[in-house]
Amino acid sequence: MSTAVENIPVDYEALDGALESNMVLSMGPQHPSTHGVLRLDLRLDGELIVKAIPDIGYLHTGMEKLFEYKKYQQGIVITDRMDYLNPLGNNLAYVMAAEKLLQIEIPERAQTIRVLFCELQRIASHLVWLGTHALDIGAMSVFFYCFRHREKILNLIEAASGGRMTPSYFRIGGLMMDLPAGFDRRCKQFLDDFPEALSTFETLVTGNTLWQSRTMGIGIISAEDAINWGLTGPCLRGSGVNVDVRRANPYTGYETYDFDVPLERDGDVWSRFKVRMREMAESHKICRQAMERLKPGPIKADAPKVVLPDRDDMRKHMDSLIHHFLIVAEGFNVPAGEVYMPIEGSKGELGCYMRSNGGPKPDRVHFRGPSFVNLQALPVMSEGEMVADVVAIIGSLDIVLGEIDR
Amino acid sequence: MADTAALIQFAEKLRTANAGWVTEIIDALGEVSVVVPRESIVDVCSTLKDEHGFDLLADICGADRGPEEEPRFVVNYHLFSTTHYGRLRLKVRVSEDDPKIHTVSHLWRTADWHERETYDLFGVIFENHPDLRRILLPSDFDGHALRKDYPLRGYEPYSMN
Repeated sequence: MSTAVENIPVDYEALDGALESNMVLSMGPQHPSTHGVLRLDLRLDGELIVKAIPDIGYLHTGMEKLFEYKKYQQGIVITDRMDYLNPLGNNLAYVMAAEKLLQIEIPERAQTIRVLFCELQRIASHLVWLGTHALDIGAMSVFFYCFRHREKILNLIEAASGGRMTPSYFRIGGLMMDLPAGFDRRCKQFLDDFPEALSTFETLVTGNTLWQSRTMGIGIISAEDAINWGLTGPCLRGSGVNVDVRRANPYTGYETYDFDVPLERDGDVWSRFKVRMREMAESHKICRQAMERLKPGPIKADAPKVVLPDRDDMRKHMDSLIHHFLIVAEGFNVPAGEVYMPIEGSKGELGCYMRSNGGPKPDRVHFRGPSFVNLQALPVMSEGEMVADVVAIIGSLDIVLGEIDR
Repeated sequence: MADTAALIQFAEKLRTANAGWVTEIIDALGEVSVVVPRESIVDVCSTLKDEHGFDLLADICGADRGPEEEPRFVVNYHLFSTTHYGRLRLKVRVSEDDPKIHTVSHLWRTADWHERETYDLFGVIFENHPDLRRILLPSDFDGHALRKDYPLRGYEPYSMN
C-alpha cells in the first residue's frame, strides 16, 4: 500500500463533508489482496473508511469485441479466459446461448457430464476463494490445504479435456470428447475423499475465534440493498434472499437433482463464508448424483452441420468429412435472434447475451459477469469499516478481475 | 424453456396501463422482449419494479446494429424477479445523432456501472446519471470500442502515456 495524493482521476466533490485530516490511500492495483488488478481509492479518517471508490479496467482486453470477429466455435476459447477460476461455467453459458439460438437438443449423457463438471468447477473455485480469503485475513496454512484439493479437481478436468485452467470442454452441441477410461474411478476417489477435506477446512477456520472476530458483523448488506445493488450468488444468499438460478430458471436438468440452496440471514462476511462452505457440500452431493446417472450414450447432439463429426466417421463417411471441412473452414450459420442465457456460476448469475444476424459469427456477445456487479457494492459494504476489514470484504465478494474487465 | 404466457401477461398489463409505453412485444426462443420508447423507460421500469415484482436488474447491455441502420443502437435491460423468478427484456432503440436515454440508476443502484459500461463502449449517454465516466477503457481513450465502425485493432497503437 502506498499513499498517493496526486493524479487521482476521481471526482472528490462528493466528499465535502469529510474532515480536513482525511488521507487518500490508493490500494492496488498490485496489492495482493485485491485479487488481481483492482485499485481502490480509499478516503480515510484515521483507520475508518469514509469513502471507497473501486477503479477497474486494468485488465480490459476487449473480449466482447473479439467475439464479433470469431466464429461461434472459436468464441468458446475466449470465454475460458474471463473468469479463469470458473472456465467451465463460462463455457456453459456461452454454448447454451448458442444452442438456444440453434435450438438443438443435447443428449442425456452430455447434460450429466456438464452438470458434473460445473459442480466440480464450483468446488474448485470455492477452494481458491477459501484459500485466498483465509490468506488475506492471515490464516496461511488453509491456502495449502485448499490448493491441494483443487489440484485434484484440475487433474480430473485435465484428464477429460487436456486443459487445466482453460478446458474449453463444452462445445456447441455437446462435449469435446467423451470421458477417458478410468475417469469414473478417479472421480469417485475424489468424491470419497472430499467430505473429509471439507471437515478439515471447517476445523481450520470455522471454529477459529480469530476468524470469527474478523468476519462476524463486518461488511453488512441488507437483503433490500443486496437486491438493489444487483448482487447474485452466495453474496445475495448470504443476505437471506433465496435465489439460485439452478432452481429459479433450471438448465441442463438441474431441476431433477436433489440439493439444498444454503441461506444465511446476516449479510456479513461470515454469512457469505458460511454459504460458500455449505455450497461445497451441496455441489459434492450433486456430483455424486451425476456420477450415479452416468450411463453410456452419445455425447454430441444429432446436428451434423453444427457438431464436429467423430474422427472414425470421417475416415468412413464422405459426408462426415465434408461437414468437418465446412464447419472448420466456414463455420455454421446461426439463425437470427437474441437470447440471454443465465446460469449459476460459482460467483453468482453468469449471463450470456448473444445476438445473431444469421451469419457464422455473432453480432454481439455480452457477458454479465457476477464479479462485475458484486464488486460495485463494495463501497456500501466497506464504508464505516476499518482498512483491514476491506481486505476481508473483498475476499468475501470472491471477485475475479478477468471477468470484471473482460 | 419456460412458458412465456405469464411473461406476456406482464407486457400486456404495461400496455393496458399506458398504450404509449409498449411499442412491440416480441416472444421468441422462450424469452419475452418489450420494445419501449426511450422517453418511457423510467416509467416502465418503476412500474415493473414496484407493481410486478421485477426487483432485480440483472444486466444492461448495449448493441450496435451497424452504422447504416436506423435507429442504430439498442440498449437491453434484463429484468429478473426474486419472487416469481420471471425474466423480461426491455429494449430501447436510440439513434446515433441523439443517443440519449434517461438513467435508471435511481431505481436500481446496480445500473450505475452497467450504464457507465454502455456509455464507455457504445457512446450512449445516460442523462442524469450521477457519475457518467468511462469505466473499462482509459479516460483519454478516443472513440467507443464496441461500435461496429471501430476497427478491432484501434486507430493507432495505444500508448499508456
